Amino acid sequence: MQLKRKDILGLQDMTAEEIGLILDTAESYKEILSRPVKKVPILRGKSICTLFYENSTRTRCSFELAAKIMSADTTSVSVSGSSIQKGESFKDTLLTLEAMGMDLFVIRHSASGAPHFAARVVKSGVVNAGDGMHEHPTQGLLDMLTIRENKGRIEGLKVLIVGDIMHSRVARSNLWGLSKMGAEVRICGPATLLPVGVDKLPVKTYTDLDEAIDGVDVVNVLRIQLERMDRGFFPSIREYSKFYGVSKTRLKRAKPDVLVMHPGPMNRGIEITPEVADGEFAVITDQVTNGVAVRMALLYLLLGGGGSVVSA
Amino acid sequence: MLLVLRGGRVIDPSRGVDEVTDVIIRNGHIQYIGPFSPPTNGSSLLVNRGQKEVPNSFPSQETTNIKFYDCAGLVITPGFIDMHVHLREPGFEHKETIATGTEAAAAGGFTTIVATPNTKPAVDNRAVVEYVLERGRAALVNVLTTGAATKCNEGAEMAEIGDMVEAGAVAISDDAFPLQSADLMRRVMEYAKMFNIPVLAHCEDKSMTRDAVMNEGVTCTVLGLRPWPRQAEEIMIWRNILLADLTGCALHVQHVTTAGGVEAIKWAKSRGIRVTCETCPQYFSLTDDALTSFDTNAKCNPPLRTQADVDAIKAGLADGTIDVIATDHAPHAREDKEVEMQEAAFGMVGLETALSLVITNLVKSGVLSIGEAIEKMTAAPARVLGLSSGALIEGGSADITVIDPEANVTIRSSEFKSLGRNTPFEGFELAGRVVATIVAGEVVSGELRCGELMMEKK
Amino acid sequence: MSVTRVMDEEEIRRALIRIAHEIIERNKGAQNLVVIGVQSRGVPMAKRLAKLISEIEGVEVPMGSLNVALYRDDFATRSARTISASDIPFDVTNKTVILVDEVLFTGRTTRAALDAIMDLGRPAVIQLAVLVDRGHRELPIRADYVGKNLPTSKKERVDVHWVETKGEDAVMIAK
Repeated sequence: MQLKRKDILGLQDMTAEEIGLILDTAESYKEILSRPVKKVPILRGKSICTLFYENSTRTRCSFELAAKIMSADTTSVSVSGSSIQKGESFKDTLLTLEAMGMDLFVIRHSASGAPHFAARVVKSGVVNAGDGMHEHPTQGLLDMLTIRENKGRIEGLKVLIVGDIMHSRVARSNLWGLSKMGAEVRICGPATLLPVGVDKLPVKTYTDLDEAIDGVDVVNVLRIQLERMDRGFFPSIREYSKFYGVSKTRLKRAKPDVLVMHPGPMNRGIEITPEVADGEFAVITDQVTNGVAVRMALLYLLLGGGGSVVSA
Repeated sequence: MLLVLRGGRVIDPSRGVDEVTDVIIRNGHIQYIGPFSPPTNGSSLLVNRGQKEVPNSFPSQETTNIKFYDCAGLVITPGFIDMHVHLREPGFEHKETIATGTEAAAAGGFTTIVATPNTKPAVDNRAVVEYVLERGRAALVNVLTTGAATKCNEGAEMAEIGDMVEAGAVAISDDAFPLQSADLMRRVMEYAKMFNIPVLAHCEDKSMTRDAVMNEGVTCTVLGLRPWPRQAEEIMIWRNILLADLTGCALHVQHVTTAGGVEAIKWAKSRGIRVTCETCPQYFSLTDDALTSFDTNAKCNPPLRTQADVDAIKAGLADGTIDVIATDHAPHAREDKEVEMQEAAFGMVGLETALSLVITNLVKSGVLSIGEAIEKMTAAPARVLGLSSGALIEGGSADITVIDPEANVTIRSSEFKSLGRNTPFEGFELAGRVVATIVAGEVVSGELRCGELMMEKK
Repeated sequence: MSVTRVMDEEEIRRALIRIAHEIIERNKGAQNLVVIGVQSRGVPMAKRLAKLISEIEGVEVPMGSLNVALYRDDFATRSARTISASDIPFDVTNKTVILVDEVLFTGRTTRAALDAIMDLGRPAVIQLAVLVDRGHRELPIRADYVGKNLPTSKKERVDVHWVETKGEDAVMIAK
């Protein structure tokens, strides 16, 4: 099987088979990460552009490392603020970079749908590295790889995503991916941060964390953006932490071998207590390692002959 | 020169006319509506009206040339009136000009359009009203304008409403800049009422729509776009209804999109409050699913809603709660739309797709009869704005639209007369086509099959 | 399509035993040997060779499998596909590596395998063992141990069947 697409824009439109292929490929590449010489020549001569309209050191690093391990050349372009403020439109930026010979764009943007727009503008492939509140497919994939690695499977597991669901692209990619792979997805957060209509998606919705965490195999803790307070989504950090912070006491209600994940960067002591973050159940650093493997797999699968950017 | 539209189905909802007959036009005015018999002996021209023969009143020198337009199989209606058009001039001529906007109107069958005041400078004083009307006089169709409710559309100080009405403004509007202060809206209504003009209200509680892009709901949640809750529209509709009740001013609610909005207006009408409203073709033709592919052309304000809302809008049109079909024609330049969704401008062009969408989604689907549909594009807006047009009246200006409800069309934005190409209907296959648009007796758009009959001089 | 059987089970068995002896003879024992099969087809043969050498010499010969997909030079034209990860549970540095593949053809896979091994460490020696050498080399590569030299035309296909995967040991030519 091969990946027959030019772009990776989200997990919503991917099949379980495609997700499985990416996870299998990523798993086989983890061996490379443990070698003394972390370099394979396969993507020599390929140019990959990380085009970031939003800061994210972690995601950019992960993509660039993945590209470099595969011997691709990387160019990183950061545009602060919106493209309109900068004066050059997003479209022109894309066309300019494509004309320089970019084979693949890795795009992070504060606007939902920006990678979809890009995919229509350029012939090269596009990987969504997080768009607005829409999707963050590589995060969803690395979370699934981490779960599969630790639990041996995804199907049949109960996975809780807790926090600011409304503004979270991580939550959206996770719920699509996990539900396609057969997990039961629960989401939990204050009612102000649960988007309207979310109950129509393949999830169980909770506002009470103690109820939501009951018997789950995995807890994925979302970062709470402190600026949400300004718009009245919750009254204070203290109150948020009290009702939605994942603590050791709360974790007792989950399965004894529960996994705790966090996409980072963490607000220790707010959405997750330090004991939990550094505790025996946390697999947060595994997630980071798996992020590199997943991105290597995607680059390989997208830039390969069959999924070639030119013939697509 | 006489123009005779022969053998078409003449529908004039203002007078309940629906019959196959002829329309005779002379000097830009409608001379007669009725069967036309050309003179056989060359001595006199008789027009047969029903049972009785009416002697013609044409001076002989004018009878030398009669132009016949064969309208068999076509529908002849009063020229359409669009009371909600963004002409963009002055200030945004890269999006549309009065010249191109009126060409688009003519192509869409509209003989009268009413410009919105959100230009730059805003239509907020006599000089700009006069400018728009002056530019409109040179245009293909009749151009009217609304005046802004507040100076520079800033929502702070009331504009010189009386002076603008004197200069020709037909209504006051806060379109695109909805008045957030209930107190100011109350004063605007009280003041506008003195001049006997309606207030056209864009109903949106801005505190609920910050950065909003699309209708709040499951599609919005899936796409991760900022939600535009229906309540932001409905709260303002209710507020404005209460203020209309308080002031006695005629309120016209623009672009109603939600089931709750229709219900509010129905309630107000049942209570005898002076309220009318409009909807636009996109709100009974599309749902928020149109944004699933992140198509910025489907981004509009208010946003596209759900199927339940579409059904409620259709029901509101059918039961008369919704008076008017307007287009909210909102042309934008390519660069305004070829950007990220959250940066993209709101609005879509509508003048050149309106009739086909009305025929396809309302008439063919049995929501409205063709007469009812035409009424909402002619007599109804004329009634709301107090215009004498919107009817086929002997002696009145020959503003006429000829349509073929059975024709199939494919929407191609490349063929639009409008400078705006921002339509979500690209490639749609629809029924209903404007065959010709006649303004003051001149065919300003389209073509009619013609046969000319030379008469002997007496 | 006609298929000709060019080696049967007995012939393959004899060839492998001979190659095992040649390896031991050339390297003066099996003390420093490791065997690496090229995925996926070279792996059954590598396993058998490692076992034969171990039995003959009475020492454990470590065996691994190598995924060369990431070192191929035809990535642009072949479709990207996954195979399992390399499994080399030992350090190759200073070892005598016996690289095993079933058919030696253009030499490109061997080239990729050599690069892949180099990235894992610095072996003392790498030697190449193949069951069939069918000619048509495109790179300056030759095998140290060959089960059978098989003159072929470029259009023909050489298929090696192993009991482990196809239920029998045989070498076929299809044209």
